[in-house]
Amino acid sequence: MEESAATQARVECVESRVVLEARQVSKCYELDEIEVHALREVDLEVCEGQMLAVMGPSGSGKSTLMHMIGLLDRPTTGNVVVEGVDVSRMSPNELAAVRNKRIGFVFQSFNLLPRTSAQANVELPLIYAGVSLLKRASMARASLERVGLGDRLGHYSSQLSGGQQQRVAIARALVTAPSIVLADEPTGNLDSRSGIEVMSILQDLNRQGITIVIVTHDDGVARHAERVVHMLDGRIVHDELVENRTLAEDRMRELDAEEEAAQ
Amino acid sequence: MKFFESFRIALRALNANKVRSALTMLGVIIGVSAVILLVAIGTGVQHEVTGSIEGLGSNLIFAFPGNVEEGGGGSFSVTRQFSLDDAALLERRLGSKDLVVPIIQSPATLKVGNRELRTTIAAANENGDEVFTADYLGGRGYRRSDVSASARVVVLGSTVRDDLFPYVDPVGKSIDINGQQFTVIGHLAAQGGSLTGDQDNQVYMPVTTAQRLLGTRDIGAIVVKADDPADVNLLQRRIKQILRPKFGNEFSVFTQEETLGILTQLLGTLTVMLAGIAGISLLVGGIGIMNIMLVSVSERTREIGIRKAVGAKTYDIMSQFVIEAVVLSVLGGGVGIGLGWSGAAALTRWVPTEVTWWAVALAFFFSAAVGIFFGVYPAYRASRLDPIEALRYE
Repeated sequence: MEESAATQARVECVESRVVLEARQVSKCYELDEIEVHALREVDLEVCEGQMLAVMGPSGSGKSTLMHMIGLLDRPTTGNVVVEGVDVSRMSPNELAAVRNKRIGFVFQSFNLLPRTSAQANVELPLIYAGVSLLKRASMARASLERVGLGDRLGHYSSQLSGGQQQRVAIARALVTAPSIVLADEPTGNLDSRSGIEVMSILQDLNRQGITIVIVTHDDGVARHAERVVHMLDGRIVHDELVENRTLAEDRMRELDAEEEAAQ
Repeated sequence: MKFFESFRIALRALNANKVRSALTMLGVIIGVSAVILLVAIGTGVQHEVTGSIEGLGSNLIFAFPGNVEEGGGGSFSVTRQFSLDDAALLERRLGSKDLVVPIIQSPATLKVGNRELRTTIAAANENGDEVFTADYLGGRGYRRSDVSASARVVVLGSTVRDDLFPYVDPVGKSIDINGQQFTVIGHLAAQGGSLTGDQDNQVYMPVTTAQRLLGTRDIGAIVVKADDPADVNLLQRRIKQILRPKFGNEFSVFTQEETLGILTQLLGTLTVMLAGIAGISLLVGGIGIMNIMLVSVSERTREIGIRKAVGAKTYDIMSQFVIEAVVLSVLGGGVGIGLGWSGAAALTRWVPTEVTWWAVALAFFFSAAVGIFFGVYPAYRASRLDPIEALRYE
């Protein structure tokens, strides 16, 4: 069953189109006058509908790669192609528009606006997309319902648990119906149960056809994906399809059973 | 994105950060109200004092105890006060056409029923009307007999009358001055115009009555009214000759012109001082605004990073921050103007104040400029960062 899922993913990857592509992307910057090569000529294709994990120890360049393909930062050399369009020469404002339409972000530290309600946070990308007031509200509600927070619309970030805040962030990433959702250590600041919940939501969304890229240092998290790209010292050293992919629902059941046994 | 949306975003952000918004506004409010208030006091005092002198007429000569010139124009050294005897001496020795008027001016508290008013007593002899303006609206002035009897009679200036007897004829009514009962015998028409404005806020009584009320045998000054304005300088020399044997150099005689000159000099110093204090308040307010804006930069930079990550363009960020800063500055400035203005109005009970437009405008625009600059400049810098730089900002 797991085997066949992995095989299917490979077939899908071959058949489906490429949503996002990094071509010979390098990133250098100076830190205390020492030149650091965060990325060295990285090539990566993300296929539509795929759940991909980028894995590596800290300093391996995985976060930098996510910033490049998320258009949050510019490569020193090389190109990033989103939906077949090379964005390397776009102005900051054009990049903002592409991020707004095509890319959703989930960060380790959630990055929600403080003292702002869950619904207002989710509406944020829609405001900049020019969606009208009423439509915005209903889209934000629908998105929050999708992550199971339909009853927390008016709550501020400070009134939500870490797991709930991360789900608000996921709802915000989803609300513009992007081509791809990029998640940088999405479970890094969460306890194990909330982490499993978040992974479960991400897997669920992926099953609904949303392309997801997760950046993580945690092998356990990476094994939730269909494909894992291993990075070291700014290079991709290994690219594999996951066998025996972890399903968050199973882990949740295990956790429930463990807790019951402990009691 | 439309302007309306930017406005909504800015208001929502202000609302989400109420403490920061309030503190920023506080800086503007303090700056604006302090400047308005202090300049109002300076201007008010200056106008009241110069107005009271100018209102007296051009053919007047003033004799004061103490040597003003030796004191360097600033401090008086009074060793010996004038008394009514000195006024009588001048009256005997000067021509009968020139009027000699002993003067006492002193602050006093008036009470009628539960109404209380702080004002100034202006006391003189029966020729007081020649020195102080006297346009009677009702009743009469005090006479020679009132002066010799130290009668407890009083004439009200128009402001005093309007404050204490708003709807009734005050003549014959009783009034409490510094705890003693007086009878109102007359009241004056408003003098009108800023120069004599203060004379409306005085009460007039015989000099002898004032001496008894204040418990003194001294008088404040002696005013001589020249029959012919051309004689003023001659008269000034004669007064000096008459007073020198008794007072030596310890007295001063000025024409009205000279008096004004000295006062303007003194009051100019006061105004400069107040303007200095106002400037400091403005600076402190400005620094307050700057601090709160700079302190919130790291939080705001992250906010800008978040907004950019989800698709905000530079224009969206800038318009939000400009609108935020303008709204805070204008609200704070408006509150500051209201506070400064009503503060100035409230203070007139104790100090004359006059709100000046240039002070209002200067304070408002300076505070607004500081608020907008420190609200927008850090945001401008942050809006030019790559989103990831802004998100990482500590």
